[in-house]
Parts: sequence; C-alpha cells; structure tokens
Amino acid sequence: MQYLLLIYEGEKRFANLSKPDLTAEIAEYRAFGKEFASAIQGGNALQPTGAATTVRVRDGKRLTTDGPFAETKEQLGGYYLVEARDLDAAIAMAAQIPGARYGSIEVRPIQKFS
Amino acid sequence: MPEKIEVAELCRAEWGRLLSALIRDFGDFDVAEEALQGAFASALEAWGKAVPKSPRGWLYAAARHDVIDRLRRNARLAEKQAALAALPTAEAPAADELYEENAVPDERLRLIFTCCHPALAPEAQVALTLRTLCGLATEEIARAFLVPVPTMAQRLVRAKTKIRTAGIPYVVPEAADLPDRLAEVMAVLYLVFNEGHSASRGESLVRAELCAEAIRLARLVRELLREPVAELEGLLALMLLHDSRRGARLDSAGEMVLLADQDRSLWDQKEIEEGRGLLRAALGRGPPGPYALEAAIAAVHADARRVEETDWRQIVGLYDLLEAVHPSPVVALNHAAAVSMAHGPEAALPLVEALAETLADYHLWHATRADLFRRLGRKGDAISSYRRAHALARNAIERRFLEWRLAELGTS
Repeated sequence: MQYLLLIYEGEKRFANLSKPDLTAEIAEYRAFGKEFASAIQGGNALQPTGAATTVRVRDGKRLTTDGPFAETKEQLGGYYLVEARDLDAAIAMAAQIPGARYGSIEVRPIQKFS
Repeated sequence: MPEKIEVAELCRAEWGRLLSALIRDFGDFDVAEEALQGAFASALEAWGKAVPKSPRGWLYAAARHDVIDRLRRNARLAEKQAALAALPTAEAPAADELYEENAVPDERLRLIFTCCHPALAPEAQVALTLRTLCGLATEEIARAFLVPVPTMAQRLVRAKTKIRTAGIPYVVPEAADLPDRLAEVMAVLYLVFNEGHSASRGESLVRAELCAEAIRLARLVRELLREPVAELEGLLALMLLHDSRRGARLDSAGEMVLLADQDRSLWDQKEIEEGRGLLRAALGRGPPGPYALEAAIAAVHADARRVEETDWRQIVGLYDLLEAVHPSPVVALNHAAAVSMAHGPEAALPLVEALAETLADYHLWHATRADLFRRLGRKGDAISSYRRAHALARNAIERRFLEWRLAELGTS
C-alpha cells in the first residue's frame, strides 16, 4: 500500500520561528527523512498560501483566482507534482485536469531551502 | 528651483518605462524600484549644473550602475557570478554625457500584463499597476482608495512577493491567451477609472487624477499592442466620453448635478470628439462588446445639446444589446432607468421591482425606485425609498443629494 501523508499546520507559526528554532525544526524534518528514507517516495515543503492560485473551469472557461482553495464542501482527491516553466504554464496544465471542471485545482509552488 | 520641478515631472512621465526596462534587466521588482528611486535622487543633485540631453537615458544608466555596483559589493557575490557575467559594465553616468532616449527598452506591455495577472487579487492588480506603471507613491494610492497607508504598503509587498514566489512570468501572453488576459487588463483600467469617476466612499465624488491615469494607461496599451482591439478602443472611448462631463458634474458649491441638470456647455468637446472617433473605429470592427456599447450610450447623451433632445429610444435599444452580451443586475437597472425616460415611469417600475432581491443593498437601486415613485406621485413610497438609499450610500456628496431630494418632498 502507498499512503500520502499531508502536513497541516498554521503557516504563521512557521513564518514567525526564530532562526535557531527554524534550524532545529528543519533538522527534525531531515532526521525524519533519514529514518524513513526507504519508505519515502517523495515530499516537499510548500510555499505559504500567499503564493497559491486556484484554477477552475466552468462552461469551458478558465477562472483563475488569487489564494488557496477555500471550500469546505469538497475534499482533497489527488495531486500531481509537475515541472512547469512558470505560473502560466502550471495554470494551463491545471485547467486540463478533469477535476478542474467539477472542483478546484490549487496551484501551489514548492519551497526550496538553500 | 526649476531643475527640481523638472525631475519631479520626469519622474511621473518616465517612471513606468524605466522601471519596466530595469525589471527586465534584473528580474526583480524591488531591486528595480529601489535603483530607480536612487537614480531620481542622484538626478536632483547631478542636474543642478546641467540637465543631460537624454534624461531618460541618463536615469537608466544611473539605475543600472546602482544595481550592478550593489551586486558587486554583495557578500554572496559567488552565487551571482553567472548573472553578473551577463551584465555589461555600467559606469556611473556623468551629467554631460550623451545618452540615447531610445536605448532604454520599452517593456511596459510586459509590465502591465504581469501587474494585471489573474493570479493576483483585483485590488492588488490595481495598486501594483498604479505604483509601477504610473509611478504613484504608495501614499497617493492609499489616499485615492481611502485605505490606511500601511494597508496599501502591505498589499503591494504581498503582490510583489507572490509574483516572485509563485513564478508569475514577465511576458506578454501568447496569442491564444491574449484576449482573456487583455480583458483582465481592461477590467483593471475600468476599475481605476470608475473609482476616480464616482468614488464609492469619502468626501469627494470625483478623483480626477485616477481618471487621468486610467485614460493614460488605456492610450499606452493601445499604442503598444500591434493589432487594434475593438474593445480597447471602446473602453478608451467610454472613459473619454464620461470624463468629458467632469466639469459639469459638480456645481460651484461642490454638490452633485444629475446628468439631466448639467450645463452641457461645460462638457469637454475635445474629449467628446476623440471618444466619438474611437467609438466609430470600434464599431467598424464587428459586433460591439460591452465597453463599445456603454460608450455608444454615452455618445448618445453627448449628441444631445439639451437634455430634451436625448434620444432615449436609441439608448433603450443599446441597453437591450448590452444586456444580451453582458447581462448584470446593474446594467438591468440602468436599462430600466432609460425605459422610464423613453416610455414613462410606470413602464419602468416592474423592471426595477424585478431586481429587488439582487440589488437590495445597492443604494442606487433604492434611489432609482424612489425617483420612479416621485414621478408617479407616490410620495410616501418615494420618501421611504430615498431614506433607504441614504442609509446605504457611502459617499458624502451622494448622501447630501439624497437629503436634498428628501427635503424637496417635504421631509428631512
């Protein structure tokens, strides 16, 4: 079996961490990654929701809005991790996902730590 | 100090073009903005002796020098080496050196499409467009939209952060996406114009500088696009025809004057002529879109030298077309108001009543309804509707106008 482990937490807490606390927490994540290296197929930190864009397609027309997916009536049903030139290319791909016609696709950039 | 005024004027005129070129060069809004601010500051000093032959070229060279100099001194120089190698050396400009105005690339079309990207919230699109393309200061934008300066500053910071972190590209959209993206740009320009033309809140009804900026931007986009776009011509025509009435919309005491009561000799004939010309061009390109239809309605008003000469039947016909291509409750309300002029208030009342649910919180729905009741002699209904409109209106001048209407009906 494969499982997707989704991390939910307050992004403000993370943004307000002091430098030493942040370093300590990243070290914890690295330790987790090492411990379960054989099980982990992939994983990423996401950019905060301020960088999110929501894409829907209704009546064949693409609707793009600022911000994360905010409905509570729909549930997370799957995901794609894609390589795209820029946000326009990512949005164009998102609009081709069948689910975009019935629900919403949240387009969120991956965060890279240097 | 004449040179000081000159720099301030230049700053307004050249800001957008210079910033667009610098963002292209350095790929970062904040770096470009900071360098350009620095260049204008050095110009104030350096131009005391002599203003260079090409001020634009001088400012561009100064800003580039500033960025490259800072990159060189940057502690993380090693990381930037690749980017730096691509940059030509830029010497600090001397005031007497010659620069070419046209050596500064014009990337404003990219800039406006990035600022009006649909992945940014509409209010952020507006703020960013006014800041980057028009060079309005954060304080000026905050004042124009009646929000606290820190709120506006944060809105701009967030928008620029999203452009960077989400990878919003600095490009003119591909041909396939151009119509939709251009519609977004036009929506932003119209939003700026409308906020200037009938301020939704506050003490003044008109903020002329916002109207002027919207018109300036529409002209610019039209100039920069290689193909003529009918709706853009329609939008520019619409803004010019509405702006032409500015001098007549307020009386000497600063109170609102309705279209019917305006002194039409105060309408700006130059703007009307230009608007008419653009409208003709737009209508010549095929079935008219919403902006061209709204412009056509404004043009019918402009054609009437006295209010009695207004061709209300033609206006009703144009609203029929507008409702077909762009149905909205506000369009339906304006349609009903035109019907009341063409066919009388009793014909319009059912059309207004049909909008009761959707426009219950819109002060102009209540004001329109009140006006119909007043003309039908239903004084009690008129009074209660004017009171409701007054309670919902947020603009001081509109509120005073409604108070005056109430006083006329023998109440206060």
